[in-house]
Amino acid sequence: MTILQIKQVSKRFGGLQALTAVTFEVAEGQILGLIGPNGAGKTTLFNVINGIFAPEEGQIIFRQEEITGQKPYYLARKGLARTHQIVRPLKELTVQQNVIVGACFGRENQALAQAAKTANEVLALVGLAERAAQLAGSLNVAQKKRLELARALAGKPYLLLLDEVLAGLNPTEVSAMLETIQLIRAQGITIIMIEHIMHAVMSLSDTIVVLNYGQLIAQGLPHEIAHNPAVIEAYLGDPKLAERLLQA
Amino acid sequence: MKRWQNSGLWLMLALLLVGGLWPAFTHNQANREMVYTILLSIVLASSLNIMLGYTGYVSFGHVVFFGLGGYVGMFLLHNHHFPLWSAALAGGIAAGLLAFLLGKAILRLRGAFFALATIGINEAIRALINNLTLFGGPAGISLNFNIYKDYGGAGEALWLVYYATLFLALATIFLSYAIKTSKFGLGLLAIREDEEAAEVIGIVTPRAKTWAYVLSAFIPGIVGVLFFFKNGNIEPSDAFRLHFSIEMLVMIMLGGQGTVLGPLLGATGYQFLRGFLLTNSFFKDIQLAVAGFLLLIIVLFIPAGAVGWLKRRFTLLQEVLP
Repeated sequence: MTILQIKQVSKRFGGLQALTAVTFEVAEGQILGLIGPNGAGKTTLFNVINGIFAPEEGQIIFRQEEITGQKPYYLARKGLARTHQIVRPLKELTVQQNVIVGACFGRENQALAQAAKTANEVLALVGLAERAAQLAGSLNVAQKKRLELARALAGKPYLLLLDEVLAGLNPTEVSAMLETIQLIRAQGITIIMIEHIMHAVMSLSDTIVVLNYGQLIAQGLPHEIAHNPAVIEAYLGDPKLAERLLQA
Repeated sequence: MKRWQNSGLWLMLALLLVGGLWPAFTHNQANREMVYTILLSIVLASSLNIMLGYTGYVSFGHVVFFGLGGYVGMFLLHNHHFPLWSAALAGGIAAGLLAFLLGKAILRLRGAFFALATIGINEAIRALINNLTLFGGPAGISLNFNIYKDYGGAGEALWLVYYATLFLALATIFLSYAIKTSKFGLGLLAIREDEEAAEVIGIVTPRAKTWAYVLSAFIPGIVGVLFFFKNGNIEPSDAFRLHFSIEMLVMIMLGGQGTVLGPLLGATGYQFLRGFLLTNSFFKDIQLAVAGFLLLIIVLFIPAGAVGWLKRRFTLLQEVLP
C-alpha cells in the first residue's frame, strides 16, 4: 500500500528552481533512500512534504489525504514526523522533557503522565536512557542526533523523515545508529532518509530516489541505482571519463 | 498527582500569605501600602512572566493591559454603577480580549520586532483614549466619592482592595505554577526554545502563543481596575506609563525569568530597593536610572536571575524551586 505520493511537485525560491516536477511514491513499511549531490533539493523536498514550505505546483498525498500546503503541526498530528539535518534540541529542557514534548503533541496527543512513559520507552530504544535528566544542550552531536530521533519517534508517526542522521558521526556511532534505524523499521514505521554515507543507504534502503538540480533523475533498487549512468554522472561527472580515470 | 506535591510551591504560597496578612494583624496603614505595592508588582511581574519567561516573547508594553482594564472597570463603576467585582472581571476580560485580537496580528513577529510592536500598541491605545470622550479624554474618569459608601467608606474600601490584591497575588502564583507544569506550559517552553522545531513536533504555535498572551493580560486587567478604584481617578498618562512596563521586566530579570518563584522574589526585592532609593536624598531623583543600570548588570552577568543562579549553585534546589 502507498503511504505517500508526491505528484509533479515544484518549488521556486525567487529565480531559483529548487524542485522541478518531482514525482514518486513511498510504499508503507519501506525505507526509501533519498540521495543526490549537495544542493540537489533533498532537504527542500523534506520541507515541502513536512509543510514548512508550500510547493508552487503539484500535490502531496499522505495516507489517502491531500496535505499540500498544510502546516507542520497539522501534519505532526496526522502522523508525519521528521528530524533536522542541523539538530534543534530544546536546549534548556531536559532530554526527557524534549521527548515528552514529542509524545504530547504527536499523533496520539498523549497526556503528560502517559507521555512520560512513552518518553522512557523511546529513550531506551535510542540508547539515551541514562541521559534523561540532563539538559539537552549539554549533549554531544551523536547524542543530539539520537535525541532528534527519539523526539520524532515519541509522536508515534506513520512516516518518519530522517535528514542526515548519520552525518557527523564516527564509524562506531554510525553502525549503532543503523541498528536503531532497523529497530524503528521493525516497528512498522515507514522511513524516508536523506543520506550521504553510501554504504549505509545502499544496505538499508528498499528503494532509492536520486535528485539532481531539483529533478528526479533515477529511482529503483539500490543495485540498479549504483550502476545507473545518470547517477554516476551526477556524482562524478562524465561516466566514461570517470571510468578512464579509475583505470589510469 | 505528583505536580501538586511540590513543597516549594506551598512554601511560597504560605510565605506570601503570611507576608500579606501581616499588615492586617498590625492594622498599620503604612505597612499595608508598602505590602500593597509589592503584591501589585508580584501580580504584574508574574503575569508578564507567562509571556516573557515561558513563551520567550518580550513584551515592553504590557502595562497596556493594566491601563485598559483599569479604564473599562472605571467606566463601568462610574457610568453604570457596576459593583467592584463585576467591574474588575470586566476589566480582565477586556484586557484578555485585546490580547486575543492583538495576538492574531503581532504574535507572528519575533524578537525585537514583537517588542517594538508592543510599545507601539501601548502608545496607540494611550493616544486613542486621550481622544475618546466616552472615557473622559485627557482628563480621564474620577469616581464620585459616594461610591465608596457601598464598601463601608473609603477606609474600608482600601482594605478591601488590599485583600483582593493579596488574593490575586496568590492566584497568579498558583496559576503560574499550574501553567508551567501543564502540557500547555510544556508547549510554551518548547516555543521559547525553538519555535520552528516546536511547530514540526506538532505544537499549534499560533494558538498556544495567543492563549499565553491572553492569560498574561487577563490578571493585569483585573488588578488595574482595583488599582484605579483605590486611586479614585484614572488618566491616560497614569494608565499607560511605559516605565511601569520596564520595571516589570527588571523585576522578572532580577528574580529569574521562566521560574514561578522568580517574579515573586524579583518584585519583592525590587520594591524594597526602590523604597530605599526613593527615601535616599542622593538617589531619589534617579531611581529609574538605577533600575536601568540594574537591568544591564543582570543581563550581562546573571541572565538567569536570582533563582537561576541559586539553582545552578545549589543543585539540590533544582527539584524544590519551581
